[in-house]
Amino acid sequence: MNQSRRDVLRISSVLGLAITAGLIKPSDVFAGEWKANVFEAKNLEAAVKALGGEGFVVSKDVTVTGPDIAENGAVVPVSVASAAPNTEFIAILVEKNPTPLAASFTIPSGTEPAVSTRVKMGGTSNVHALVKADGKWLIASKEIKVTLGGCGG
Amino acid sequence: MGNPMRIRASAAGDVVEVKVLIRHDMETGQRKDAAGTVIPAHFIKTLVAKCNDKTVLESHMGTAVSKDPFLSFKFKGGAKGDKISVTWTDTKGDTRTDEVAVS
Repeated sequence: MNQSRRDVLRISSVLGLAITAGLIKPSDVFAGEWKANVFEAKNLEAAVKALGGEGFVVSKDVTVTGPDIAENGAVVPVSVASAAPNTEFIAILVEKNPTPLAASFTIPSGTEPAVSTRVKMGGTSNVHALVKADGKWLIASKEIKVTLGGCGG
Repeated sequence: MGNPMRIRASAAGDVVEVKVLIRHDMETGQRKDAAGTVIPAHFIKTLVAKCNDKTVLESHMGTAVSKDPFLSFKFKGGAKGDKISVTWTDTKGDTRTDEVAVS
């Protein structure tokens, strides 16, 4: 086996071992660390504040799409799209959940500022999309009614 | 290593649409098992999607993402044959990468 192949094997196995041994966390390898304080914020205001989005304005450029009534709160399809130029960040928050922030997305240039996913809702609630575009924070919401809550057993 | 993901990536012009279905329990830490013991939280925290070497989406997730997370998004500048890779890492430090070619 030639030397450069040995190097690649050695480096990738050391990286893998280092991650397994807890010496470096996989989050170190990703840009942008997962922040417990935003995901553990217990109400909408605290979550928005933890994200840095307190100065948000309501914007028609941001749309939240989802069912008016979700039969199963454990699996609620939600889509967010932003028509605001230079959208770089989208966060989905379920207001009445014990911890409102469901997910956040960093949008590199070239990626359309629109994401679709499925979230758990504990009960009927507003679902908010908090978006950062051109350094400004925008928000839009939709109320989704839930017949069977999806957070606990 | 976690369960395999299903990734579909299709190009229409230079816009590639990516749909990912991940197999993961996404436990909230609020459920109890039959014996009444709390099932500990276990969920995906970070996800990165790349087209060849360029990151096309990064996501941070919490317990409110549904079990077996679904994700769909589009990006420009991809072409048929490009490699889409998706990597996730969860609260146990488990990580998984799957790849697919844009069709």
